[in-house]
Amino acid sequence: MAVKERMSGNEAVAYAMKQVNPDVMPAFPITPSTELPQFVANYIANGEMDTEFIPVESEHSAMSAAIGASAAGARTMTATSSAGLALMWEVIYVAASTRVPITMAVVNRALTGPLNINCEHSDSMGARDSGWLQIYAENNQEAYDNFLQAYRIAEHKDVMLPIMICQDGFITSHAVENIELIEDEKVKPFVGEYHPEHFLLNPRESMAVGAYAVSNYCMEAKKAHAEAMKNAKQVILDVAKEFAEISGREYGLFEEYKLEDADYAIVAIGSACGTAKDAIDKLREQGVKAGLLKVRVFRPFPAEEMVEALKNCKSIAIMDRCESYSSQGGPLGAELMAALFRGKSKAEAVNIVYGLSGRDIRVEDVEKIFADLADIAEHGVGNTSTGDVTSNGAGDTYRYLGLRE
Amino acid sequence: MSLKVKDINEQTRWQDLHMGLHVYEPATSKTFDTGEWRTNTPVLDMEKCRQCLLCVPYCPDSSIPVKDGKRGEFDLGHCKGCGICVSACPFGAITMKEGK
Repeated sequence: MAVKERMSGNEAVAYAMKQVNPDVMPAFPITPSTELPQFVANYIANGEMDTEFIPVESEHSAMSAAIGASAAGARTMTATSSAGLALMWEVIYVAASTRVPITMAVVNRALTGPLNINCEHSDSMGARDSGWLQIYAENNQEAYDNFLQAYRIAEHKDVMLPIMICQDGFITSHAVENIELIEDEKVKPFVGEYHPEHFLLNPRESMAVGAYAVSNYCMEAKKAHAEAMKNAKQVILDVAKEFAEISGREYGLFEEYKLEDADYAIVAIGSACGTAKDAIDKLREQGVKAGLLKVRVFRPFPAEEMVEALKNCKSIAIMDRCESYSSQGGPLGAELMAALFRGKSKAEAVNIVYGLSGRDIRVEDVEKIFADLADIAEHGVGNTSTGDVTSNGAGDTYRYLGLRE
Repeated sequence: MSLKVKDINEQTRWQDLHMGLHVYEPATSKTFDTGEWRTNTPVLDMEKCRQCLLCVPYCPDSSIPVKDGKRGEFDLGHCKGCGICVSACPFGAITMKEGK
């Protein structure tokens, strides 16, 4: 029987860390992920984990130590947020190109500035092209479940890439919700042990990592890296299938919520999806065919699958909790719009930037987005007059939600 | 199936290179000519050399081979032309010449 508990998102991921009990954790505290190394340190002090905790002096060092530990052959994890992830910047690319399967718990928080510590996806979205896998959670349960699946995906021989397990700062990381934990007897055999084929501490093989690669070799290495990212899609699905057997909870590349017959769809990432589901339930009662596509896996980006899932929608609002200052919208908008174009989608699509720096998104906001989507479906994006909620503005594919103007 | 470093070259396909360009064998630097960066070259005057071997540990690139207790000619496949050996030699037996 699963264990019913009440936990914050951070407690949930820390509990998963305890159950996986990796070999090494170099980490540096930063709000709102500070609790992760703190809880792990407590577990270690209480004798409940035997992970080697390395209290480093910065996130740059945390990621550097993580690369060293992972290359040495140790199952390695770390945790960070916002500016901490930004300080890792140089080294996260090294981790990915060195193909070390580190798991990093990312608690999403805005990158300053203006100076702010609240929920936004700008930190991990900024790292979207670093070659890491990225999986996002709607709530504490998913953050826990995703962490348990992380090593199976990252360490798979067809993948061998580091992975970010993301959850929304404060909204998920600090809010206490019900959760079902899985017993150790089931978790441990599911996660298994890490036995890398090659590792630095192997006394029977000399090995070097991070050698200088001249122009004649780098492109080939990056192509292999890109192929590993493609391979990850099937591995993520296979691992999810096995995970369903021990948990009863099913995961895909994304979740479709009342999407099958939906005329109007919202595509979003993270905790806002819970809010969107409430709005969709209300609208469905009124006969509005509203649906949600909740992005779980952002890297690799499941473009074809998303286009297929959205093929019957008349209008789509792609939601970004992140600016990209491209003058066109946010990162999810850019990638999904491109996918819809390649998939020859006939749907009208807008990209809505919302929830920046912890700005709330409410059920009523989502209802208004669906009202705008109906208007867009009827008149076309260019001829829409509404825009009281999705301002900046009517007629535009690039809008802001809940902006004062 | 794994290629040896000596068999990897600019014609090797991406599928055949090691994951992450890892190296799975020792002493592979012998395979590579890194001396091509050099702009100045040390020249040894055997007449002045007393075989004190002081230059050997100073060389940052292990480019001074020693055999039977005596140093030989420079390994110009790995010498970068830094000139540290010139300063290390107590007998003025090493000078730098311009070019490779």
